[in-house]
Amino acid sequence: MAVAAYQSREKIEVYRFPLPVAIAIPALAIFLQAFVPVKFRFFEIFDLPLLVTIFFAVARRSQISGLLTGCAIGLAQDALGHHPIGVYGIAKTVVGWGASSLGVKIDVENPGSRLLLTFGFYLLHQAVYFVVDRGLVGDTAAWMWGRTLVIAAINAVLAVPMFAVLDRFKQRA
Amino acid sequence: MDSFFSRYRNLTILVAVLFAQVLGLAVQVRRKDEKSDRLLRIWAVAAISPLEKGVIGAQHLFGDIWHNYFWLRGVRTENAELRDEIQRLRLEQIRLTQDAAQARRLQTLLAFKEQFIHKTVAAQVIGTSGSEASRLITIDKGRDSGVATDQAVITSEGVVGKVVKVYGGYSQVLLLSDPASGVGALMSNSRLQGVVRGTPNGELMLHYIMADEKVEPGELILTSGGDRVFPKGLPIGVVSDVARGPDLFLNIRVKPAARLGRLEEVLVITQVDERSAQPETAGPVRAADILAERLPTLPPPRPDGTTPNAAKLAAPGATGASPNKPAAPATTPNAAPAAVNPAATNPGTKPGPKQQTGEIAKPPQAVAQRSGDPPDAR
Repeated sequence: MAVAAYQSREKIEVYRFPLPVAIAIPALAIFLQAFVPVKFRFFEIFDLPLLVTIFFAVARRSQISGLLTGCAIGLAQDALGHHPIGVYGIAKTVVGWGASSLGVKIDVENPGSRLLLTFGFYLLHQAVYFVVDRGLVGDTAAWMWGRTLVIAAINAVLAVPMFAVLDRFKQRA
Repeated sequence: MDSFFSRYRNLTILVAVLFAQVLGLAVQVRRKDEKSDRLLRIWAVAAISPLEKGVIGAQHLFGDIWHNYFWLRGVRTENAELRDEIQRLRLEQIRLTQDAAQARRLQTLLAFKEQFIHKTVAAQVIGTSGSEASRLITIDKGRDSGVATDQAVITSEGVVGKVVKVYGGYSQVLLLSDPASGVGALMSNSRLQGVVRGTPNGELMLHYIMADEKVEPGELILTSGGDRVFPKGLPIGVVSDVARGPDLFLNIRVKPAARLGRLEEVLVITQVDERSAQPETAGPVRAADILAERLPTLPPPRPDGTTPNAAKLAAPGATGASPNKPAAPATTPNAAPAAVNPAATNPGTKPGPKQQTGEIAKPPQAVAQRSGDPPDAR
């Protein structure tokens, strides 16, 4: 039984990214997230840095790489806001870890699983953010179930074509 | 021990990274030092803001080329309409100046003290925090232009927020709609005072109005000046909804006067003067001056003693003009509350295309022209 599980894991492909791509894509996501809402305020409902964190984590399938990528992206996002630095950092570290852990176990290449994966991790991200913001920082963040579920669904729908585009940059390890 | 760490290496790293961030958060929360700029913030803003500024600049360049050289349909008609409008407004301005002088005299009698917006810096919005959890915008003016923390940021429509972080060439402005923001408020009709705060979903609420007070939707809410950040009398918004709260106070929802979701240019109030009202000393405007103002101007004489278009002026039907015509309609620096004058912006700053034409501010009681304006503008 153990041997079968081992063989199954072997079939899961692991990808890597050239260094310029690994830096440029998260940087572009953070830039767009900060800039586009100047013209289109509704764009704030998207969380491109989170989607990029999930994409890199599941593609690389390395927990350390996933959590460090999430941590770096989250801290950069924190730096652009007025909250203490680390709230997004912690949330995205957890998501990076979780996504890469899940990527090792299941197939995350098809659109359906990507949709569900992003939906779930968006909720996890918001939950961690909420707990840290209220518990550690002492802010008065409010949890709105309806709004959070809708935005999670919107981000999940966006993730499918976005991941398909980002797939072009993947290289087999 | 080695085997434990090698076995749980990934988990150990996760715990270490999370612990480091929690520790960092604890230090920041304990210090509560809003003014200290953390290195990471400086790097992030320094990396992103020039790009944002570049994109905005390119967009304006192409927009200007298109609008100024290609898309000129209807410009002649619009020009004629605007000329008529200018004539009408000049006459109205003269009338308002008289009213303002009278108001000033009355205020002097009552020994009012007012806050005047003395100097503003026009700035372009170039970025946001990118997150609904942090309603923040980045503007392209910073310490180099005289911007400092806790300065009020407005548009011609109303209050936008206040400066929370200042860097060399950039600043971050906390919008009114952020839960961390607050402004002292005064209801225009009932004169009730409260505090306007943002909510997590980006709305504005007026707090601390007792439940037994009568508040009608549509009532204008102004800054009270009590917070020492926003000068008194700037519009914050209008009451959009009133409901009884769970405690002793009303739940009053406010529709912001400034379009907080679509900001492009803003004014940072870098200097506010508090002074007693001064009586109007200038005499009444003569009817002859008003007439002279409306007539065409005689061009200045050339060095050879002739005047350009002299022959044209001498032709039958040509209208002469008084050489003693005043340079501009009479507006006084002390004339109440008139306008946020873009001419009063920091001279070192380069206004954007829209700012060059000037913005007229609605708020009136607290905003006045800069006293240092050249005499010909008075």
